[in-house]
Amino acid sequence: MEIKAANLAFHYKNGPEIFHDISFKVASPNVFCILGPNGTGKSTLLKCLINQFAPTKGLVYYNGRPVQNYSTKELAAHVAYIPQMHVPTFPFSVLDVVIMGRTAHFGYLAAPGKKDTMIALDNLDFLGIIHLAAKPYTNISGGERQLVMLAAALAQQPQILLLDEPTAHLDFGNQYRFLQMVKTLKDKGVGIVMTSHYPDHALEVADYTAVMKDGMFVHFGKPDEVISEKNMEELYDIPVKIIALSGNVKKSCIAGV
Amino acid sequence: MYEISKVNEIKSSKSYKLLWLILSALVVAVFLLSLTVGKYQVGTFEVCQILFQKIVPFERTWSPLAENMILQVRLPRILAAMVVGAALAVSGAVFQGIFRNPLASPYTLGVSNGAGFGAALAILMFNSSYAIQSFAMLFSLVAVGLTFLLSYKAKNSTITLVLGGIIVGSLFSALISLIKFVADPFEKLPAIVFWLMGSLASLNVDLFKTSLLFFIFFIGIIWLYRWRLNVLSLGDEEAKSFGVDVRRDRIIIIICCSFLTAAAVSISGIIGWVGLVIPHIGRMLVGPDFRKLLPVCILLGSAYLLLIDDLCRTLMTVEIPLGVITAIVGTPLFAYFMLSEKVNW
Repeated sequence: MEIKAANLAFHYKNGPEIFHDISFKVASPNVFCILGPNGTGKSTLLKCLINQFAPTKGLVYYNGRPVQNYSTKELAAHVAYIPQMHVPTFPFSVLDVVIMGRTAHFGYLAAPGKKDTMIALDNLDFLGIIHLAAKPYTNISGGERQLVMLAAALAQQPQILLLDEPTAHLDFGNQYRFLQMVKTLKDKGVGIVMTSHYPDHALEVADYTAVMKDGMFVHFGKPDEVISEKNMEELYDIPVKIIALSGNVKKSCIAGV
Repeated sequence: MYEISKVNEIKSSKSYKLLWLILSALVVAVFLLSLTVGKYQVGTFEVCQILFQKIVPFERTWSPLAENMILQVRLPRILAAMVVGAALAVSGAVFQGIFRNPLASPYTLGVSNGAGFGAALAILMFNSSYAIQSFAMLFSLVAVGLTFLLSYKAKNSTITLVLGGIIVGSLFSALISLIKFVADPFEKLPAIVFWLMGSLASLNVDLFKTSLLFFIFFIGIIWLYRWRLNVLSLGDEEAKSFGVDVRRDRIIIIICCSFLTAAAVSISGIIGWVGLVIPHIGRMLVGPDFRKLLPVCILLGSAYLLLIDDLCRTLMTVEIPLGVITAIVGTPLFAYFMLSEKVNW
């Protein structure tokens, strides 16, 4: 599946412009990582991509078809999205929450069946949180909850996955595991569009990287080219060094050197 | 694939068969008890005989007065209490779910004040229970409609809906005060006040019979939406990304619940606290999953309001209004939930 954004712009009713002239094209199984400082409109852009917000200018296309022409259900069967923050109210079990990700795959008034439960459990297993299955998802940590929402998104069996700062609440180990999971998903043919605050994550998994500043893509391309010391210093306004580890296989971005 | 045996392990840790059995037995017990209590004494055995005489012929050992008492007087009122209790509990659970607010009730959208105004107006102008009930129904729906319109013109979010309900509710509450102020204090005013406190004492049996189908229909539709309700109670954004058309489904569900509440109110007057307390007890017993919560609310709600109605008609020589007792019983219960941290707030 291919996602295409053409000249997107967005502003809230009577508000200033959040972003403008955003265009890109990514096809699964590529990983596209959007870097940018806080408040530059990354999350709003993702909400436009998943049709939560309608862009004030431009259109989003999936496989050449404008996103507005998809029904909510049809879109959810192809594209999954995980918002940055989830505020839980009711103590649903982790398993039930993940099964909710299956909603787009069964009939309008139907309830989930055994197959949906199996798919949900498979994804909990895949993310290494099967032990949480019976727990209420209100009583687990923020990082665990983020993994639960990810499991639900994977249960949607999407062709494209939109992730808004997926590693924000994850500990050091889980961040690494998450990046490995992104690679596995890519091998399975899933395309991923994610926002991140960590240039390292883009270097590790992304096929394409965009640098977003003041509401527009100031750089776009291969992570090796885009994530240069000069670009990162301009972006975050701090001194940055990029070092190569284990014989240029792995690169890391270090601030303040 | 994950092993089937482990699935069953996860599921069997929450087996509710015993709970269903206990709750159903409770409802039957309260039902039979309610038929026996009252000023005119009829024994439990006799009550059972009277109930089953159409199916299994018994030798008539009871007086015709007893039979009349049970079948014509007590039975309709008992069924009405059960149906109203179930309807209020179900719509309370649903409103709390879709507004993700444990304090939402069937009256959140201004239903009760709208209905109260309709009834007060009808009492003032006419003198028929049909007029009261149809006006109550009409104005509760007008109130919900106004709330929707306000929210739709604003940001159309869950919060504007609740705020709209408060605004519309306040308007109708002021109009109720106006009607009370102009009403004849000896005849009309007591009738209005009594209706606003809720009661089944002056139940119109024919109207109840015709609205029974109505209740079954709307509870049935809500049952069909049980899984969507789960997804909706997770959050608007999440529900949408899981493929639920949030705006459409929420409107359908709110309309069903509003009709359900309006129908209940038009039969019994305004009865608070049932729709607030019962869903909380239900969630403590089976969790927030509507596939289990709805049946539990139906069973608990009907048994609860029936018991309360029994208290209303037996505690004193005069009838006590239902809404008074539900509040007296409901508030300490709710305070207990809050203090004992039995609920996740």
